[in-house]
Amino acid sequence: MSHAKTRVMTGNEAAAHAARLARVQVVAAYPITPQSPVVETLSEWVESGELPAEFVTVESEHSALTVCITASTVGARTFTATSANGLAYMTEQVWWAAGARLPIVMGIANRAMAAPWSVLNDQQDSMSVRDAGWVQLYCRNNQEILDTLVQAYRIAESLYVPVMVCYDGFLLSHTMMPVELPDPDTVDAFLPPYHPLTVVDPDDPRNIGPVTLADPRPDAEGVARNGYMEFRALHHRALLGALETIERVDAEYGAATGRTWGGLLWEHRLDDADVVLIAAGSLGTQLTVAADELRDEGMNVGVLGIRSYRPFPAVAARDALDGRSLALVFDKALSYGHEGPICSDIRSALQSRTGAPVVYGAICGLGGRDVSPADLADATRRAVADRAAGIVDREPDWINLHLEEDAR
Amino acid sequence: MRDRSHDISMSRPAAGEAGRTGDWRNARPVMVAERCLAVRQGTVTCQICWVYCPDACIAQGVGPVIDLEHCKGCGICAEMCPASAIQMRPESVHGVCAVEEGER
Repeated sequence: MSHAKTRVMTGNEAAAHAARLARVQVVAAYPITPQSPVVETLSEWVESGELPAEFVTVESEHSALTVCITASTVGARTFTATSANGLAYMTEQVWWAAGARLPIVMGIANRAMAAPWSVLNDQQDSMSVRDAGWVQLYCRNNQEILDTLVQAYRIAESLYVPVMVCYDGFLLSHTMMPVELPDPDTVDAFLPPYHPLTVVDPDDPRNIGPVTLADPRPDAEGVARNGYMEFRALHHRALLGALETIERVDAEYGAATGRTWGGLLWEHRLDDADVVLIAAGSLGTQLTVAADELRDEGMNVGVLGIRSYRPFPAVAARDALDGRSLALVFDKALSYGHEGPICSDIRSALQSRTGAPVVYGAICGLGGRDVSPADLADATRRAVADRAAGIVDREPDWINLHLEEDAR
Repeated sequence: MRDRSHDISMSRPAAGEAGRTGDWRNARPVMVAERCLAVRQGTVTCQICWVYCPDACIAQGVGPVIDLEHCKGCGICAEMCPASAIQMRPESVHGVCAVEEGER
């Protein structure tokens, strides 16, 4: 701790520093849009010799993740980063990395999905692969990006699941703020070496990820092998186990560096709050400003921030929301034809609970649409009025939407 | 700590890893020994069928031996054989899948 240095840097640079401190051995990236400067920074360090790693330039995001998959299979610590359509392009391998139980860590600078083209922020990209079996952690600021990425290697390598560390495009990825760099020795002590589950030995070869039939059966050597469903159940249990691991790793990181980030969820003025505002990422920080403003007006408003979106901390969220009057969930993503994904998950966590708050959703910030704390405070005032009017089911409130046909 | 070796799908390579795949076959490779270059030269030569079999179902030899327990009948060996020594014949001829069964 004594050798920690503070520098002003973007979220992408903070992510690159985290990968360097984690002593990643293989970085693979497609360098064109929608890539962000995180891998550019890493490539400079590899070129200068500051980071003794292989930097593999590839022809697509699909191949970038494939390189990480193969490198992780032979026991290398790997990193890549992407955004938006780049993540969509690697989707097949996103599933492969998870099912093969490879502890790859990937930074996601959250950006809007095309069409139409946008390079600006929302969270639709990572939300669209939430079911693939990766841990997904969302960050509020650049310090949290660095700290969470270092933690992500511990989480990934102890559970054999890959981790996406998600941070809002431009709002964090390209915005500079002070970040404390932990001492490399502190990170080394926190992060033991990675030992893969896979065996890669030319003198004792293995089939890795071969065709796996529906039912368990003995393999050709007579060893009982799991069927597809057994592997999936074990994978699901690993993700559920991450609920404990994420909390513990955050606490241990706190003991080593003096900083913790709330584990699964974080809160702001929640103790006596009657109205709870919920979001993931930097939007949560904006909600704290809105909540403080509303507190000044005499409203009992608090904030519950989602740090771990997968696994979803349903029990912790339920306990945090028990006895409140209203939960207002702000999503920067949408399940088209339904509602915001975090809103759905909060509803399902509260399902059939007596004493659970009414849940309203709000959609905001799609494709980089600005969301100010004043907008969030206004949305909260509207929601509180609707709640007071006894409305239980309400369509999501689209914040700052300016459709001509609505005006007519 | 829990044994994690069964958390991932991994095994030692061995014949029959995917089960008895020979019963997927609808055409069987039949070696016409007098045409096979290895047989004609009386030595382990050519072996192109062994090289190309995608399922490692052919053992090198004079001539090469096809493992019909696991051969899926893809016909690549017959296509690649420079001496046309391997012919693909319908399984129904061999009675593995009776013609009547297929027509039912």
